[in-house]
Parts: sequence; structure tokens; C-alpha cells
Amino acid sequence: MIDSLVLAILAPLLGAVAVTLLPSQAPRLGLAAAVLAAAAGLSVTAGVWTNGVLRSELGGWGVPLAIALQADGLSAALLGMSSLVALSVSLYAVGYFKPSADGEPTADDATARHFWPLWLLLWSALNALFLAGDLFNLYVTLELLGLSAAALGALTGSREAVEANLRYLLVGLLGSLIYLLGVALIYTAYGVLDIGLLAEIVTPGPVAATAMALMLGGLMLKAALFPLHFWLPPAHANAPAPVSAALSALVVKAAFYLVLRLWLDLFGPITPLSAANLLGVLGAAAILWGSWRALRAERLKLLAAYSTVAQMGYLFIGFPLIAAAAPGPARDNLIAAVVLLALTHGFAKAGLFLAAGMVKKTAGHDRIDDLGGAAQALPAATFTIGLAGVALIGLPPSGTFVAKWIMLEQSLIMGHWWWVPVIMLGTLLAIGYVFRVLSRAFNREPTPYRFVSDARAEVPALLLGALAAGVLGLAAQPLWTLLLHGVIG
Amino acid sequence: MTRFVSWVLLPLGLVAIAGVLVWAFYLATTGETGARLADLALARVPETGVSNPVTSVLLNYRAYDTLLELAVLLAALLGIWSLGPAAPGFQRAAEVLQGMVAWFVPLLILAAGHMLWVGAYAPGGAFQAGALLGAAGVMLALAGHPSAGLPSEPVLRLLAILGVLVFCLVGLALMVLGLGFLTYPPGMAKWLILLIETGATLAIGVTLAAAYRGGRPARASEGAAP
Amino acid sequence: MIATQLLYVGCGILLLILGLWSFLVHPPLLRKLIAINVMGAGVFHILVAIAYRGIDTPPDPVPHALVLTGIVVAVSATALALAFGQRLDRDDDR
Repeated sequence: MIDSLVLAILAPLLGAVAVTLLPSQAPRLGLAAAVLAAAAGLSVTAGVWTNGVLRSELGGWGVPLAIALQADGLSAALLGMSSLVALSVSLYAVGYFKPSADGEPTADDATARHFWPLWLLLWSALNALFLAGDLFNLYVTLELLGLSAAALGALTGSREAVEANLRYLLVGLLGSLIYLLGVALIYTAYGVLDIGLLAEIVTPGPVAATAMALMLGGLMLKAALFPLHFWLPPAHANAPAPVSAALSALVVKAAFYLVLRLWLDLFGPITPLSAANLLGVLGAAAILWGSWRALRAERLKLLAAYSTVAQMGYLFIGFPLIAAAAPGPARDNLIAAVVLLALTHGFAKAGLFLAAGMVKKTAGHDRIDDLGGAAQALPAATFTIGLAGVALIGLPPSGTFVAKWIMLEQSLIMGHWWWVPVIMLGTLLAIGYVFRVLSRAFNREPTPYRFVSDARAEVPALLLGALAAGVLGLAAQPLWTLLLHGVIG
Repeated sequence: MTRFVSWVLLPLGLVAIAGVLVWAFYLATTGETGARLADLALARVPETGVSNPVTSVLLNYRAYDTLLELAVLLAALLGIWSLGPAAPGFQRAAEVLQGMVAWFVPLLILAAGHMLWVGAYAPGGAFQAGALLGAAGVMLALAGHPSAGLPSEPVLRLLAILGVLVFCLVGLALMVLGLGFLTYPPGMAKWLILLIETGATLAIGVTLAAAYRGGRPARASEGAAP
Repeated sequence: MIATQLLYVGCGILLLILGLWSFLVHPPLLRKLIAINVMGAGVFHILVAIAYRGIDTPPDPVPHALVLTGIVVAVSATALALAFGQRLDRDDDR
């Protein structure tokens, strides 16, 4: 009886153990663990695809005593995305922290030795979070995620990075403590921690409302929802490129996943529309403020980080629409659209940060105004930025296009027209900040350079960009099928 | 203006939040509390292989939480190591303090062993025992031992991961045997829990002491245990 | 019985709010870290108190176990944050 859910968590965890034990073999062992971890994660997605919801209650006690792991369509979709992104980040990291040719230890070697164990721990925290079915267990996974993410973010060792990530660590701790207080309240009132059991007994009232405010409030801090986003841009912009990609594409997405999970499974049916509208209004503010700051950013990585603030906003606009829609195909489409948006952003933002890392490494800086000639020196990286831009703006055939289309359509059908100008304006601003980068990158006479200059680093980024811009939108149908397992329909 | 916000408005808001929290917890404690886990958890303690209910929860019902908790400790230690070399240690203590430390450290180690064993039927267990071991390391560091009693780098790395490793291996072995991840066979639960707790105690003790010393582990083996 | 329990829970909430106030008001990151720890003490206090089930009944072991796990997590996080702070101090001295 091999449990694929457990393997998805243990593969990266044991990988972290192995690279901690043998630091000199870190890149090789780490890459092997990454391949295994990605395979284990994708096998869970495939398992949900073929067999429906997977669940295992650890320790043989059964809930409510035991902790349950559960993968439904939503977990499977995010797990699949995060496995692919994490594998690409791992491949990229091997080339990024390049060992020197003469065998002398370099600063990159030391960074790589610290990168691999923390990165694999972060990966196992992500998988554990996507698969957890227990409120307290989620707290532990959130802390594992927060600690390893902050430590990874500070790996460049610059003062800005250390300070930004100390702030990130403290804010993350505050968020998880507030979440834990909500869990304590839930346990006091209902005496169980399993999400599935709670969903059956939770009743509307002041206790549930307070618990929801606490838990979602703590998670909003971690998901960097405006105005709680202040910690994100410096932390994400100052990390090493592979780490920035993981933080922006996966770590904030994990907090959002939890908000969506708690909303759909526990609190959605018992909360008034006004709470959902509040999330939507904050999301709208995040779109406008994040896009505006991205447009004004002077550095490419800071632009990408502010764009994350904006893109998280779109995800939260989904809540008032989902809450207002009557159960049925319209609501199902909205849920799937929000998930599709999250997946597309994951691929696109990871690709963008990896490409930005290439540009920064080659040019020695990432000031947007001085990017002249980047397109000629690094055609593949620039192409990746273009592909990621297509997905961030929401041009067809990206997944964002399909998702925004559904959200706009439903806003108009339900008469909630005020979301329409927000989405339109956000899209317009995104066009602005993407083309600002591309126009600077192309301002020199073409010179015959090779398209790919460092395959190991550029190909993963390129594939992520292509997934975001082309594949997800054209092949969105499987996502609907996957979500039929326990989430919609 | 900011003074007004932080000394008047903010406290008022926080008092309101506190009021809501007290009210919510009052309603939650007095309300209809379905079947709390307590009765179920206490009733099945005899089947868990230990008789201390808290240890039953930590290492049997919810052992997976404890596994992730050990991973959190490891992440913190790896993070501390990544932040650069250790600060210079303390000055070597004078004769009297050295003598006292030489007495206390073995006592702390003995007490840790006792705590670990006692955890099966009374308050105690891996974390308390690990904290005592960690305290022994802190005491050595304060007395001016630069290594804080910690072994050389390869051994230190092995001890730091020991908790997670033993936990995962036991869990995987049980899964391969067809029992399910961390599902102990009846009769063996006590010994498997003790095995896991021993690994966890060593890992927690070493991690706490190494975290106190801070910085990357020393390359050469300088100064072994006292 | 309820009164005793609520007294303890109330003290936990008081600690939590004091910590939160300190976190929001004081800019130095080290003070924020101490504030977080005070808040954590408050939350753990509440978890210990809700395990109480009357003088004759043994307490609920589950919240007690959660507190132990929570303390280890809090210790780890505090240690990492202090190492960050130490690193910043060392950079300042240079």
C-alpha cells in the first residue's frame, strides 16, 4: 500500500535530508530529489484525474483523531502547477549557481550549498500545504513554508535582502499566529480540526464569523493582499532569481489557495456577501496600486514583484463573483476561472523572474532604462519576458485571457458592472509595464547572436512562459475536468 | 498625528478586537460543544503504546504534525547557517564556573535521558528532553567553550537531520509493510515511539545548541564534547 | 468553572492584544520579534485554557499537544529571526 500523497511530501523532505547530510554533492543530489519530487507531485495530479478525490488518514486512527491528507481537483491542479514550476526552478538553479571551472570554491558554491536543503524543505512544505486536510496541520505547514522562504530570500546576503526578509519573516509569523488563534476558536466551539468534519457542523454565527475573520486575515497577510502587501516587493525583488520565482509563483499562491479552500469548504456558505465584497474591493485596489507601481518601477525584478501584488488582486476579485453566483454552471466556471488565473500566473511569473535573473546575471544589473540590447544578447530570455507578458496582460491564447473573459462576462450578466472597469484598467496598465520592458530591450540594431545562450538556465524559463501564454488557454478544458473531482459540479 | 493614532485610535481599536474575542470565546466555551476530541483521545490512549495522553497525541494520533515540526526546526537551523559565520564566542569562564559547568552538563544529559523515558507515562518527552540537552550546550557556550559541546560538521549535520530521518524511515517502512504511513503495529508502538523520540531528542538538543551558537558549523573538529 | 476558564482565556487575549499593539507601534524589528513572542504566549495560553474540562475530568490532551508543537515552531522562528537581526547588526558595525 504505497500512498502517493505521503510520497509527494516525503520525496522533497528526504531530498532535503540528503543534501543537508552531503553538502558537497548538493546540486547533483538536489536535482535528483527535484525530479523525484516532481514525479511524485504529478502522480498525485494524475491519480486525482483518473480516480477522483484521494484521501488518507494517517496513523490508522481515522478522523477526528488522525490527520487526514486529501487531494481533490483544486489541490491536484495547484500541486501539478507547483511541481512543474519547482522542477524548472531546480533545473535553472543548477546553472544559476554555477560551480567555477577551476574547482576553486566561489561565493556561488556556498550559496548553492545553502540553497538546496532550504529549497527542498520549502517544496515539501508546499506539497504538505496543498494536501493537508487538518486546520492545525496547515499551521505547521505555513510555518515551514514561511521560515524556509525567508531564509532562501536572504541568500544573496545583501543588507536589503536580509532586512526585507526579516520583515517578511516577522509579518509571516504575525499572520500565522492570527490564523492559529482562529483555529483555537474553532476547536473551542466545534472540538474537531478536520476540514471535512467541520464543514458538516459549522453554523453561521458570531463564533464562526470571528474565526473566519481571524483565519482569513492571517492568510491575507501572507497572500500580500493590498494593503497588507508592503513586505512583498522588497523581499521578492532582492532574492536570488530562482528563489524570487518560487516566492512569487508558488509561496503567495499557497496562501491564496488556503483562502480559497477555506472559503469553498468551510466559510463560503455561512458568510454574508459583504465579506466577499470586502475581499473584492481590496483585490481591486491591489490591481490598480500594484500595476501602477509596476509601471513606475525602475528595476525589472521590482516590476515583476509589484506585478505579483496586482495579479493577486485579480484572484481576490473572484470571491464576490463566486459568492454572488447561484450554484450551477456559472459559479463553477467562475471557480475554474480563478484557479486557471492562479495557475497561469504561477507559470508566467516564474518564467518572468527566471528570465529577469538571466538578464541581471548577464548585464550585471536589472535597471529597465539601461536594458538596451538585451534582446540581442539574450534572445531567449527576452522572448520569455514577452511570453510571460502575454499571460500577465491576458492576451489570447493565454489562460489569463480565458479567465478574465469569464470574469467579465459573469460580472456583466450579474449586473456587477463595477468590476469591469477595474479589470480593464488593470489590463491596460499591464500592457504599459510589459511593453515598457520590451521596448527598452529592443532598442539596438539587430546583431546575429544565438537564440539560446545558456540552455540549462533559459530553456526552463522559456517552457514556463510558453505554458502560460499558449498551452493553458488553448487546453483549459482539462482543468474543468480535474475540478469536477470534489470542487465544482 | 501619529502619536494620536498609536496611543488613542489604535488602542481603542484593539480594545474593541479584544472585546469581540472574549465574546466569541465565551460563546464558544458555553455553547453546544459537540463531541470534543478529548473523550475519544483519552479512551484510546491504552492502544497507543504510551500511557501519557499528550505523548499519545504528539507521537501517535498526530505524529505527522511532529514530523513537520522537526522539519521546521531543521529549516531554522539551515537558515541560521546560511546567514554567515558565527559571532566570536564568550571569554573562557573562571575556575569556579568551569567546575560548576563540569558538574551541571552531565546532570543535564542524565536528566534529558530521564525526561525522554518518563514521557511514555508522565509529563515529559522528546521536546522537553531536547530542551535540556540544548540547555547543556548553551551552558557550555556561556562558559566559553567555542564549540558549545557540539561535534564536528559531518556528525553535527547527521544529528541535526536525525529526527526527520528516523521519523520518515519508520513511516516509510510501515507503509511498505502495508500498514500505512506511521501506523504502528500493536505491540510495537511503544518501541517505535521510543526510537523516534530518541532521534528527535538528539536532533532538538543539537539544533537548539547550534542555533544558540549561531553561524556556519566549524570546518575542522575543534573541541569535542566535555 | 466557566469563570475560571474564561479568566485564563481573557488573560491570553490580553497578552495577545498587548503584543499586537507593540508590534504595530514600535518600528525596531527586534521589538517586533519580542512582541510576536508575547502574542504567541497569549495564543498558547488560550490553547492551554480551552483544554480545561472541570476539576474532576482530565484535561483535553489535544490542545496541550498542539501547544507543544506550537512552542517548538515559535522557538525555531525566533532563533532564525534573531540570527537575521545579528547579521544586520554585524553589517552595521562594518
